[in-house]
Amino acid sequence: MISSSGSAPQSAPDSTRANGDTDPVAALSAVSFRYGARGFALELDALAIAPGERVAVIGASGSGKTTLLHLLAGLLVPARGSATLTGIDLVRAPLAARAALRARVVGLVFQELELLEHLDVIENVLLPYFAVPALRLDSAARARAAALLARVGLGDKLRRRPHALSQGERQRAALARALVTEPRLVLADEPTGNLDPATGRRALELLLDEARRTGAAVMMVTHDHSLLPHFDRTVDLDTRTRAEGPTC
Amino acid sequence: MLSGRFLLAVRHTQRHPGRSVVLVLCLAAAIFVPLSAATLMQRYERDLGARAAGTPLLVGTRGSRVELVLQALYFRAAEVQGLTWRDFEELTGTGRGLCVPLHVGCRAQGRPLVATTPEYAEVRGLALREGTDPLRIGEATLGAGAARALGFGVGDTLHTDQEESYDLARPPSLALRVVGVYEARGTADDEAVFVDVKTAWAALGLGHGHVAPEEVDEALIVSRAPGSVRLSGALVEHAALDGEAAASFHLHAGAAGLPLSGIIVVPHSPKDGTLLRTSVESSRALQAVVPSAVVDELLGLVLRVKRFFDLVGGLLAVTTAVLVALVWTLSSRLRAAEMRTLARIGAPRSTRWILYGLELGLVLGCAVLLALGGVALTMAVMPNLLLQS
Repeated sequence: MISSSGSAPQSAPDSTRANGDTDPVAALSAVSFRYGARGFALELDALAIAPGERVAVIGASGSGKTTLLHLLAGLLVPARGSATLTGIDLVRAPLAARAALRARVVGLVFQELELLEHLDVIENVLLPYFAVPALRLDSAARARAAALLARVGLGDKLRRRPHALSQGERQRAALARALVTEPRLVLADEPTGNLDPATGRRALELLLDEARRTGAAVMMVTHDHSLLPHFDRTVDLDTRTRAEGPTC
Repeated sequence: MLSGRFLLAVRHTQRHPGRSVVLVLCLAAAIFVPLSAATLMQRYERDLGARAAGTPLLVGTRGSRVELVLQALYFRAAEVQGLTWRDFEELTGTGRGLCVPLHVGCRAQGRPLVATTPEYAEVRGLALREGTDPLRIGEATLGAGAARALGFGVGDTLHTDQEESYDLARPPSLALRVVGVYEARGTADDEAVFVDVKTAWAALGLGHGHVAPEEVDEALIVSRAPGSVRLSGALVEHAALDGEAAASFHLHAGAAGLPLSGIIVVPHSPKDGTLLRTSVESSRALQAVVPSAVVDELLGLVLRVKRFFDLVGGLLAVTTAVLVALVWTLSSRLRAAEMRTLARIGAPRSTRWILYGLELGLVLGCAVLLALGGVALTMAVMPNLLLQS
């Protein structure tokens, strides 16, 4: 019941090929999820994301784009079917294990960015290290955060608070936070939705460049069809037809 | 990793100064009030107890035991009359202990004038920082606090106070030569001016000295006759008991009938103490009290009042706890989005409670430090009420 169109298929990143790791980073199979007894339901036949793959998710509002991301991140657990993250069964894993796995493997970019106002920019980027005991906050992590912020153009604003940044700068800080743990999968929920087209495109390019550099797979929800050529394939939750293109 | 979460807690506390300050102040007040009351009580208990314990037996006229003890131990003015030098001589005559006479009631430049004998310093363990004990009439030895407050040392002169300015029959203010200063002891002795008993009687107008006619300014002599000199009304009364005046000092009554406030008795043995007490108690006019027993009685009364304050402190603590809980509940609702973000990026469920606990700990820590600082300041700044007369 899911569509996957290869509008602009691109090759997988070199880093993935080099180590020969072709097992999907995340996969859903015969999944069914419903909010409450009569709430919105999402049903998926199969979806797999290969290492380094870039996948766009499109669909009308309420079609289940955010739900799909949450299922892949282990934030939601399907009622039926299987969901795996780096081969680990999310359905059977307890909440704490799913959280720990998510912290290690997934980088999340939220539509509302969700930067904490009481932290400055670099502290926001390092938030996963502050909040997750499994992640070790060391000098390497701090250097990585500073380098990421420098690459996204915020190197001179490390000590600014989020409210002192423009929307585009906040967006870039949120991208840096999603990437600082060097995740294998970045899930971005309409990160360019609140940006003007030019700023949104720059943000997307930054995200994809950083993901390519680290070999991370990216799945991004977007309403902007002009961005689709940047992705290897597109999952369209509206057409519900299986289209051609690389699938895992 | 606690340090990361600790940083998150610190940042949240820092970046919400209004809420944090209100909570710290409320908690600090809830801690400060009972703690300062308890500390002050403890100080008074300790001071009262130690001073009373150093005074085995106290003899005075019948009446309020508490007044007698407070007058003798803390030099507080009280209407305790009837004890005389004769009583002191009789007690000394029994040979059952060291007797130290005390006269309290006069003041010298705002300080209590304590008339006694050199044995008082021995009983109280007062050591001289400089000079000597007041051995002669007109001499004074200052407690350390009095010397510091007045800025006086050996060789200076201070004057007794005249409280009834419009009483023409009042005795003149007496000039006292400072002959010594005691080491500080942290007791009421520090604030007192010690003199010989006769000096106190002179200050009361019960004795005086005379000036040689040749020492009087000629301009104030109206006429001379054999054996007498008529002086001008402009002559200021002589108020110093030194030189000729000290040599000519005399009492206008027998010393035996002159007043004392109390007699400290240090019995040679428990048996002597018991016999002395029995002897004194058989007298209709006198009583012998054990100051530590009176102080215990007094503290018992004060402790009952303290229980009330403890209750008030408890209510304050409960009210503050409810306020803190309310603020935290409202705050947690406002922070729902923040907690959701933390959960989404993989923070364990316990993170919320750990953060709340750390923040509460930070606020509580600041409040405790503030309260302790307040208590220390109070103890340093607040005068010892026992030394106030």
